[in-house]
Amino acid sequence: MLFLQALLSGILTGGVYALAGIGMSLVFGVMNISNFAHGDLMMLGMYLAYFAFTLLHIDPYLSLILIMPIAFLFGFMMEKVFINRVIYHPHQNQILLTVGLGLIMSNTALLAFTSDPKILTTSYSSSAFNIPGGIFLSVPLLISFLITCGITAILSLFLLKTSTGMALRATSQNREAAQLMGINVAKMSAIAFGIGTALAATAGALIAPTYYIHPLAGHSFLLKAFTICVLGGLGSVAGAGVGGLIIGVVEAMSSTYISSDWKDVVVFVLFLAVLLLRPQGLFGKKGGQA
Amino acid sequence: MLDIQNLHAGYGEMPVLRAITIALVEGEIVSVVGSNGAGKSTLLKAISGIIKSTGTIKFNQESLHALPAHTIVQRGIVHVPEGRKIFPDMTVVENLMMGGYLHQKDRQLNLEKVFALFPKLAERRNQLGGTMSGGEQQMLAIGRGLMGNPKLLLLDEPSLGLSPLFTEVVFGAIRTINSTGVTVLLVEQNVYQSLKISHRGYVIETGSIVLTGTGEELLDNKEVKRAFLGM
Repeated sequence: MLFLQALLSGILTGGVYALAGIGMSLVFGVMNISNFAHGDLMMLGMYLAYFAFTLLHIDPYLSLILIMPIAFLFGFMMEKVFINRVIYHPHQNQILLTVGLGLIMSNTALLAFTSDPKILTTSYSSSAFNIPGGIFLSVPLLISFLITCGITAILSLFLLKTSTGMALRATSQNREAAQLMGINVAKMSAIAFGIGTALAATAGALIAPTYYIHPLAGHSFLLKAFTICVLGGLGSVAGAGVGGLIIGVVEAMSSTYISSDWKDVVVFVLFLAVLLLRPQGLFGKKGGQA
Repeated sequence: MLDIQNLHAGYGEMPVLRAITIALVEGEIVSVVGSNGAGKSTLLKAISGIIKSTGTIKFNQESLHALPAHTIVQRGIVHVPEGRKIFPDMTVVENLMMGGYLHQKDRQLNLEKVFALFPKLAERRNQLGGTMSGGEQQMLAIGRGLMGNPKLLLLDEPSLGLSPLFTEVVFGAIRTINSTGVTVLLVEQNVYQSLKISHRGYVIETGSIVLTGTGEELLDNKEVKRAFLGM
């Protein structure tokens, strides 16, 4: 029973991790840029949900309807103003830029919101479904997971069936050939970054009811999102989805059977093992574009 | 139709093309032949806007200077790149659909035309592009180019690495495409085959045009024979 409990909680948490990882992976796939501001964008999503709840009295899950388009526009503009300048530059320049943008965001949040953690308490924050057999599923985590599934399904349909979605995939598979098809790759980059930002903010908003909301909360999530991307294969959206679930389950298992202090250690041991044994990630291609 | 004058282009600080002047008349097949590294691919990349260049490139009297690549495609200049560059994780049909990205209304009709030209692609329609052989990928790359309603088709080394059989198929297809009214600018190392199907040709050496004439004239030229045909 303990095992099943850990497994189910792990999957529920992993779903939200997956959402963060998918956003990062999509950006990497289309733009070949590792976005080190991804965690801070999640943090912004947490605060957006918090303020939507405290100031406007909108339920954090309902507020996604507002947060997603705002975050998309924010990411789209951020790409147009900053990121597109480094697309064809070496990775170290891109890392400096995105780390810098992340620092600006987290420190602005520190100034504006202070370092006191905020807590978003809804009427259902600590309620749980009781499944016969002694298993408890947290209600907010369950709702988050279902929303994650919905968003992932919509994103998949978008990427597989729509013209813009296919153009995004084409850009990620071969940027030069995509240009030759008449695809405006600069626009695709901005769209990809907008979607990546929207997914990060969504993941942040989804965990807001169950985590401390803090200006530096993004850093640990950045590490998680990055681990998920590498685990699944950088640039692979499906891989990031699976990677997120794996990380969630591994964390829950190690918290249950070892100690919650050790869960990060187990995650990173797994991460290193994947790098050693399958450096291209679970779904990545060997020798694919770096 | 295409008028290029005094074109210079290169990668970063390294110049590759020096004062290239060539012209294409509508309906022609023109080939640019030369050895590896002479600047043939650079020429096509400069025309399609993948790399920056200086000089004038006019297409139907309109300057293409400094236009981004995706807007040059809109004018009917379709570039089939060296090394095919197909989308590996898309199926044959999806690859072709991407070729018709700007011409979504004509996709179905164009798809049938491509399948008629390359029946093999119709058989493989649901196979992933990345799992096909080099020759099949080349057919797919050309087919994908045709989906873009080209007025001028730029072909970069379509026979590179192909078996003699596939080479025949590809050169035959180029003739068929040309007979439907598409002007073709062909860049090739396979000098004999390409000059044979071309109305005119240019010989390029270290970034400059050194010789020009009709396909037959160039095939008869002593220098061409010595340098490229081993005669």
